[in-house]
Amino acid sequence: MVEPLQKPGRKNPLDRTRQQALPPAGRSRKGQLLTLAAAQGRFALQCCSECGLFCYPARDACPNCLSADLPLTDAPNGGTIVSETTVRVPTDVYFRERASWRIGIVKLDCGPEMVAHLHADCYDGERVRMSLQLDKSGQAVAFARPTEKTPNQADDRQWREMTATPKFRRALVTNGRTALGQAVAAALKAAGAEVYVGLADPWKPFPGEETLKRDHHVVPLDVADERSVQELAADLGGKIDILVNSTEHVRPGGLLDRRVTNAVKDEMDQHHFGFVHLAQAFGPAMRARGADGVNSAAAWVNVFSVYALANWAPFGTNSAAQAAALSLSHCLRGELRLGGVRVVNLFTGPLDTEWFQTVPPPKLAPKAVASAIVAALENGTEDVFVGDVAEDVRQRLLANPKALERDLNQRIS
Amino acid sequence: MRTSRRASYDGVVVTTPVTIPYQRYSVESAHWWIGRALRGLVDASGISPRDIDGFCLSSFTVGPDTAIGLTQHFGLSVRWLDHIPLGGASAVAAFRRAARAVQAGDADIVACVAGDTNHVDSFRRTLENFSRFAADAAYPYGAGGANASFALIARHYMNRFGISREDFGRIAVSQRDNALRNPNALMKTPLTLEQYMAARPIADPIHLFDCVMPCAGAEAFLVMREEKAAAAKLKGARVLGTIERHNARLDDVVQNHGGWIADIDDLWGMAGAAPGDLDFVQTYDDYPVIVMMQLEDLGFCKKGEGAEFVRSHDLTIDGTFPHNTTGGQLSAGQAGAAGAYIGVTESIRQVLGTAGPTQVKDARLGLASGFGMINYDRGLSSGAMIIAGEG
Repeated sequence: MVEPLQKPGRKNPLDRTRQQALPPAGRSRKGQLLTLAAAQGRFALQCCSECGLFCYPARDACPNCLSADLPLTDAPNGGTIVSETTVRVPTDVYFRERASWRIGIVKLDCGPEMVAHLHADCYDGERVRMSLQLDKSGQAVAFARPTEKTPNQADDRQWREMTATPKFRRALVTNGRTALGQAVAAALKAAGAEVYVGLADPWKPFPGEETLKRDHHVVPLDVADERSVQELAADLGGKIDILVNSTEHVRPGGLLDRRVTNAVKDEMDQHHFGFVHLAQAFGPAMRARGADGVNSAAAWVNVFSVYALANWAPFGTNSAAQAAALSLSHCLRGELRLGGVRVVNLFTGPLDTEWFQTVPPPKLAPKAVASAIVAALENGTEDVFVGDVAEDVRQRLLANPKALERDLNQRIS
Repeated sequence: MRTSRRASYDGVVVTTPVTIPYQRYSVESAHWWIGRALRGLVDASGISPRDIDGFCLSSFTVGPDTAIGLTQHFGLSVRWLDHIPLGGASAVAAFRRAARAVQAGDADIVACVAGDTNHVDSFRRTLENFSRFAADAAYPYGAGGANASFALIARHYMNRFGISREDFGRIAVSQRDNALRNPNALMKTPLTLEQYMAARPIADPIHLFDCVMPCAGAEAFLVMREEKAAAAKLKGARVLGTIERHNARLDDVVQNHGGWIADIDDLWGMAGAAPGDLDFVQTYDDYPVIVMMQLEDLGFCKKGEGAEFVRSHDLTIDGTFPHNTTGGQLSAGQAGAAGAYIGVTESIRQVLGTAGPTQVKDARLGLASGFGMINYDRGLSSGAMIIAGEG
């Protein structure tokens, strides 16, 4: 039985904030295949393409036929616990602070035995549902959960180490003026977070203003303005647990048909420098608070265009600004990981908003992005492709990046 | 039934057992401990280091060096060299390699040494970097190291065969009795079954007295032809049969067997002996569950009857089944790879009648076994040897 999570009380300002220790992070190159699966929320193992054997732990040759062709393959996630233990005296600091800790051996339906973290409602001899999760070191680990819904399942303390659940956390959404920002704020609040929403030029009216101000804390924030970001961080920096960078500054156009660079600079100001300002203002405090109890700093979320991964010429300079910010996110991911704070990147196709008015469907409802953010935080994923267009780009990038490049830049208007 | 055609180890003796008394923590390096053991071999045998022409080393903490680096470090010039990274199975394997080298004339006198240091943080580092599979797929789960791995094995084994903690406790308690007679044992106070049962849990069902204490120490022996030993006026023990097995093909989902089971008929067949003929047994005792598994897999009782065997025998030095007469690793301490050797050096002493306070009366024939390398979820290496006195 998992006791429901209690809303944390006010912190004693005289107490030292617990520093984040990290679980063992060493993994082999092939072991990192599972990190790829975990980042995307897939349960996948190496599977021998010659003899069909699922292999675990990660190998460089099949233990049945010695084939070296062991691609990461989605695997059935069912299994049975065949032994378990409660580790009460771990050797490293991370687990020692969190002892006791339950682990078990799960015999997977697809073959291998897997040492796994156990959810509190999973016991020896029982069926479980396996997943690959990212632990606080950002590395893939196997996690066994009950096959059925159980009370307060997401409140399990071992599970919470793998997730960044919004419940009882405080979130900052950078842009409340857009439909996306408003949808994200509403979804986070519905998931149990207290939400702060940034607003630049607050005197300018906008649709949804009344609801936004009623439901959330609206705070002044212009991400392109370093001083504005610093001032907000001075007020709020120590209590933001989840930061959603939903900055959305989309202008159509490539390189040759526009004579001015201002529009391009604006995109970079918003997406690239906005990211830098936010990271420098809020990042250090978040990194310092990764182990700060129930409402520890937990995640930094970026909403990117999937064209950050492959330039889409009709929005060519915007794609470049997105790519710049994506690159920054990988840098930030490494730096925040030291504090146990994860960076979640969402890749979206065109949203159903005015700036993509001329783009044919399918287009993405802001609400769908908002739900995907909450799901990523609750499930602990790191790279999320939202909607059909993003998924299409992801698959084509894997299959043939050159073909994708040709497709994306052939119909420039 | 014996299935293979293994040549005997006739004409070879194992001699000069050396134990460098263990320390809980040491500021010295593994090299220092290995050096003390080599010097111990030289002092006890009267053989000059210049005449040692084979060297076999096992150590977890000697890195980045291996056996080759230590030849220069210790001024050894050898024509046969081996480094055996088999953890608890290293001693049996060392003897097997060295004996074949001596039989074939590739070396005349082989020094087999295992030694490790134990700095305040070196044990954790060993666990963290133990193997690729462990780093990928075991250590990140609670960082319990061997305790967690053996807890998973022990729990499954207890459930499968209806074994209680008291059954494991009998093994630990009897070994403590033995340790009280071993002046080099780190554990110097008696242990009762009540104390065993009341000990604090480490990783259920493993409790404190199921665990070995990591420490620094070294163990060593010499392998040579009988006539070499006679010329040096050294008493030597003979090995009548010996086996090793690595990554045995077993159907165990969780380890219920060690690799001994695959070769057990060869072991007894080579030795021309049966389990009932032995005067003592030194099993590899990183945890009592592995002792019980060995008693079954080595043929002292059937699978699943280990608990009954332990209940119906007295495992102390003067008992009906003298077992781990030094106190074993559970009570003497686990000096890294030297833990593989403790049962072998003690067996040599027992059959030569030089075990002193831990001597089993009239011991002529005994068994020493090894087990090692939890690479991921189970121990991969196993070995055993049947040792006899002179003549």
